[in-house]
This record gives sequence, C-alpha cells and structure tokens, in this order.
Amino acid sequence: MGKAKVKRASTSIDMTAMCDVSFLLLTFFVLTATARQPEVLVVDTPASTTPDKLPDDNVGIISVAKGKIFFGVKNPNVREITLKNMSQKYNIAFSAEDYEKFKQLDEFGVPIKNLRQLLSLPNEQRKEEIQPGIPVDSTETASNELYSWVQEARKATIEFNRSREGERDFVDPGPMKVAIKADAEEKYPTVNLIIETLRNQKQNKFSFVTGLRAEQ
Amino acid sequence: MAELNQDSGKGDKGGKVRAKKAGGKVDLTAMVDLAFLLITFFMLTTSLNKPQAMDVAMPDKNKIDANDNLEIADNRSITLLLGSDNKISWYYGQLSNPIYPPTTVAYGKDGIRQVLLRMQKEVPARAGGKDLIVVIRPSEKSVQRNLVDILDEMKIVDVKRYMISKINNDEIELLKREGLFND
Repeated sequence: MGKAKVKRASTSIDMTAMCDVSFLLLTFFVLTATARQPEVLVVDTPASTTPDKLPDDNVGIISVAKGKIFFGVKNPNVREITLKNMSQKYNIAFSAEDYEKFKQLDEFGVPIKNLRQLLSLPNEQRKEEIQPGIPVDSTETASNELYSWVQEARKATIEFNRSREGERDFVDPGPMKVAIKADAEEKYPTVNLIIETLRNQKQNKFSFVTGLRAEQ
Repeated sequence: MAELNQDSGKGDKGGKVRAKKAGGKVDLTAMVDLAFLLITFFMLTTSLNKPQAMDVAMPDKNKIDANDNLEIADNRSITLLLGSDNKISWYYGQLSNPIYPPTTVAYGKDGIRQVLLRMQKEVPARAGGKDLIVVIRPSEKSVQRNLVDILDEMKIVDVKRYMISKINNDEIELLKREGLFND
C-alpha cells in the first residue's frame, strides 16, 4: 500500500479574465476622461446642493476672481465665429494664425486691443498676472467689452447651429447658456455688474457655477 | 508567488523527449489590483470634476423707467439684507413700518433656514392663504458665497417666489447701524 497523499487545495484563481475586463474598463475611463488644462484664473467656487451639472457644450463661462473678469466659450468653432464678429465690431484684424490660436484658448481676460498680443505669446506665458481682465461697465456701448463678447458669442452659437442643421443626427441644442463662475470671496458689486450686463441684453437666465455640497 | 515555468535547460540527447508545456501561469493578482485602483481613480475624477450649475432667472429689465417697482403686499414679503461678516438682517413687511423689525441672523440651517420655515407657515395664515415672497437684497459688502448660500436655502426650504433686487439707501443705513457693513 502506498502512502496516503495529502491533497493540496489549489489556492490560485485564474485572473486572466478579470484582468482583461479591468483593463478594458480602465482604457474606457482613461479615454473618456477629458484632459483638463489648468485654468488661468484660479476660481474657488462656493458650494451648493444643486443637483444640476454644468453642460459641456453650448455654454459661455464668465469667470470672476480678484475683481478680474475672464470669458470663454466651450465650443472651439463658436469661438472662431465669435472672434470674427468681434473683429468686425471693433475694427481689429486678426490673422488666420490668430484664429487658430484663439480656437485653442479656453479663456482669456484682456481688452480686445491686447488680444493679438496675448495670442502671440506661447501657452505657458499667458499667465493670470499679465491679463488685466475684460473691461466691463454698466453701459451697453463698445466700452463694455463683456457685453459685446457675450452677445457675439450668442450670435455665433446660433450661426454655428444653423450651419449644422443639414447634418445627420443633429439636434439643435438651443441658444447658448451663460454661466457665471465667481469666486466665493468675490464682492457683490462685480457680480452685479455682470448680472446687469446680461440683463441688458435680455439674457435673464443664467447659472452660477458652484461646487457640490451634501445637504445638511 | 509568480510561477513562471522555467525551462529546465536539459539538452535532448538521451532520455525521452518531453512535450514542452506551452504557456506558463503568471500571477495576475497584483496587476488586477492596480487596474482596479486606476479604474476607481478615473471613475471618480471624471464624474466629480464636473461643477454644478445653479440656475438663476431675473425679471426683464425695464429700461425706460428704472423706478418701475412692482408693488407687493406687505404681509407677504420678507426682505433679506445680505451684509458683511456672513450675516443677514431680515425684516417682515415694509422697512418704515415693519411687522417684524430687522433682526440679524447667520446663514445655515440654524440661522436663516429656521426663519424661512417659520415664515413659510406664518405668512399664509396672515395673508389669507397666499404664500411667502422673499426679497433678497445683497449689499456691496456681501460676497458671492452669501448669494449662492441664500439661493441654495430657497431651494432647500422650497420657497416658490423669491427675487434678487437692488438694495436702497435706507437699508444700507440699517446695515451700518447693525454693524454689518464692514470690509
């Protein structure tokens, strides 16, 4: 009679399938994650319990911090049309290269006469310190550049959406939304100026960008 | 842990030619661990990155007559004056003849929320079933956080009618008297 062998239970599990699935998921999340560029103007937004998310597209964001106002449109094609309209309105010419660079520019805070200068700088030199903010006042004239930027961006959105009407699977996203991304410590007068600027062009609906807070 | 089949290195002269077992087993536990860690990271960052958008609607602006103020019943409206130092001064009715005189409260669930909840019950009883109207008047010394907090409070308490309007000089004087007009 042979010796009774102690049967060893196998402890290793085949991980291949699990590994496959997890890497598939990983790839998916890596690809869907949008690489966020560090924002030029750092805004520490206040928190709210609002469940609605800020849309990814079809929105113009006015950022406010330290009394400076920056503006940016999410859609690069709308950006280009906006700049075209602005260049006509303020009689400032931009080169084809400027338009290309402006399409890459997420947000900016300079008067339009200094915009070419800003675009000529490389990306890493467009620091917040050299950008004084977009001029804004309580009027509806050309001196209120924010008024013009928002208005031209709204027109550009309509123009862009109209040009895409023939495309397949195109759903009109409607007029551009405006969001105000103000710093938690920003004093009310600056925010009020922006609100009045928007109201002057009958943009009575807008959003405040906030962080998320659990309901207390 | 890792169990890679190693080649024995024996030559094949002499002895039986063994069929080589194809494919070794690699222990994938660590790899799976890492992959799941990264998945978790990317999942959380993609969804948490997106900021919230709080919708605000303002009334149409009357450009012809700036003093075109809508008359609202005194016994339906409470006015919140947002002052400095994260404090609110509120009153019920008209400032010159208030039903409840101005009182200073803080933000948050123990401060202004209790006031709103109480008034939400009290106003319909006084105004014959009509609901509460809240007038929010941010002073120039209040900050954006105050405005967002108070609008958020409107949503939490579920005040149906509220508006943001301009503060007037009497109210600024009141805030100064109450010491809520500091830089």
